Amino acid sequence: MEEAERAVAETDEAAAPRSERPEGRQPASSSEDGPAGEASEAMEEEQVAPEALSETEQQILDRLEQELGDAVIESASIFGTLVVRVQPDAWRRAAEVSRDALECDYLSFVAGIDWQPAPREGGEGGESSAPVQPTEMTFGAAGSAGRFQVFAYVQSTSRNWGVTLKTDVDEAAPLVQSWVPVYPGADWHERECWEMFGVSFGGHPSLRHIYLPSEFEGHPLRKDFPLLAREVKPWPGLVDVEPMPGDDTPAEGEGAGTEAEGGEEA
Amino acid sequence: MTTTNRPPMEVDPRIYRHLADAQVNVELDTGDMILNLGPQHPATHGTLRLVVRLDGERVVAADPVIGYMHRGYEKLTEVRSYPQITTLINRIDWLSSFANEVPFIHGAEQLMGVEAPPRAQYIRTILTELSRIATFLLFLGEMGLQVGALTPAFYGFRDREHVLNLIEAATGGRFHPNFNRIGGLKDDLPWGWVAETRNTMKVVLDGCNDFDDLVAGNEIFEARTKGIGIIPGDVGAGYGVSGSNLRASGVDWDLRRDGKPYLAYPELDFKVWTHPDGDSFSRYWVRLQETREAARMVVQMLDQLPSGPIMAKVPRIIKVPAGETWVETENPLGQMGYYVVSKGAIGPFRVKIRSASFSNISILPWLLRGVYVPDVITILASLYFILGDIDR
Repeated sequence: MEEAERAVAETDEAAAPRSERPEGRQPASSSEDGPAGEASEAMEEEQVAPEALSETEQQILDRLEQELGDAVIESASIFGTLVVRVQPDAWRRAAEVSRDALECDYLSFVAGIDWQPAPREGGEGGESSAPVQPTEMTFGAAGSAGRFQVFAYVQSTSRNWGVTLKTDVDEAAPLVQSWVPVYPGADWHERECWEMFGVSFGGHPSLRHIYLPSEFEGHPLRKDFPLLAREVKPWPGLVDVEPMPGDDTPAEGEGAGTEAEGGEEA
Repeated sequence: MTTTNRPPMEVDPRIYRHLADAQVNVELDTGDMILNLGPQHPATHGTLRLVVRLDGERVVAADPVIGYMHRGYEKLTEVRSYPQITTLINRIDWLSSFANEVPFIHGAEQLMGVEAPPRAQYIRTILTELSRIATFLLFLGEMGLQVGALTPAFYGFRDREHVLNLIEAATGGRFHPNFNRIGGLKDDLPWGWVAETRNTMKVVLDGCNDFDDLVAGNEIFEARTKGIGIIPGDVGAGYGVSGSNLRASGVDWDLRRDGKPYLAYPELDFKVWTHPDGDSFSRYWVRLQETREAARMVVQMLDQLPSGPIMAKVPRIIKVPAGETWVETENPLGQMGYYVVSKGAIGPFRVKIRSASFSNISILPWLLRGVYVPDVITILASLYFILGDIDR
């Protein structure tokens, strides 16, 4: 697949007004005629090309920058959704601005993310208990200052727009401002985030466990929290990427390692 | 009642009875009572526990306790490949599993730059709307059950069965179709399915008329639901209440029409129903109208069903390029979304699952304050949540 062609197609789609869908919904992969092996090889290097901001997104961003000033660090557009990273000390202010200036009255979710790669079972080259992820720490849209981030999505029910807000969380002292005074619905989402990532929310009325029993220790969605089921039994999905009989080009990467693996299990 | 405190005989006996009652109340010092609803309670449809503090018959405070069915899907998605995850997410909202698959598959397709062919998009839309009908028919019947009417439940299950048969005929699964593939669908529709669906939609529309007469027009039902559990639109939005619950509060917002265009919805002509009241009755009424609308939409889609392939060309090993995307859809229970972060591997790096019921019931502590105990049950039923959708 030609990368440039795809990037153009994507930008077009993002720039098109929301009301009208691009005509002739052409499968973007139609140009991809090569065998499966080649295609996956090409994908290896591929990164989703950065998109230009649409008019609405630019408008939202301008408004946020106008209200928050320097607190807006970086922004990006992911498939028609604006992502804005703000300074941690402007986190609640960002919510207030979204609610009041951007008319985003609806809170979709508040969640956390741990950008650190999960340690591979058995060290480097050891048997993986999961789909192999890159071992170096990379960050997503709008970047990150460190390992932990909190992100939230707010929407406007009248304007039909929305914005994803992100903020960095200090790994040593994970604390951000709570959104509960702005959006009451943030209560449960922040409890979940606190429980799963160990990020505290200053000003939250009662940070306590929501899903897990109150005596639970650890933060399960942190990447270094082991998933016991996978420790006991290796990832059964490895069998899935075993090359089919008659395939000339063996799959590379984890696929190659699985050939023997699959054979053993079969 | 003790004899020592008996008032002098000259007191009017009617007043005396009243006085005695008052005295008992003082002596017993009626404090708040804690009532534990669940985790196993028929009115909660699963393992939702509701701790309510009562003052007499009135709720002073309510605290939903969730997590009895938490399965840790967000963690599990990190150790699975993309095609395997559809199996998991089928079990989030198990009454409309097909609708759960759509946003996730759509997210993966977006990142890969693949788009399903028009026929696949249409079949996806049809099956999503059929899931909506199946889910709502159960609700329409069960809501009657919660106020003491047994018959509507049978009607609901009867009609839902026809719809489930259709879903089964097309996908092979009644509850967990697992039918979506990245780039399209597993199979095309079976022979004769279109005609069968048209007939069934007539049955569904007839069934909706039954519910209209039997439940929505029923005086007892109205007395139990009108003016009960009112959610103002702005409060609901702040809590993240979505879908029919929010539209019943007068917020005219439907992601099928107002969100980023997805599936075949931009090509369809449909009405978004709202109700200004925001009470339990309006939530019932909106879902009843939406069931009808969905049946009409299915017929409309069958009329304009395009021909062609049902799978786009995708590599056999699904490897999703690095990037992140947010995909949201209007599911039967409300806004369902996946924030997918990929690092170029065969499995996602992080998936944030935004499920509708979680936010829909997070309003309960606010909503249940001051209502009477029997209304708690109707309010819970009218919000219509699925435990798997809360606990994930």
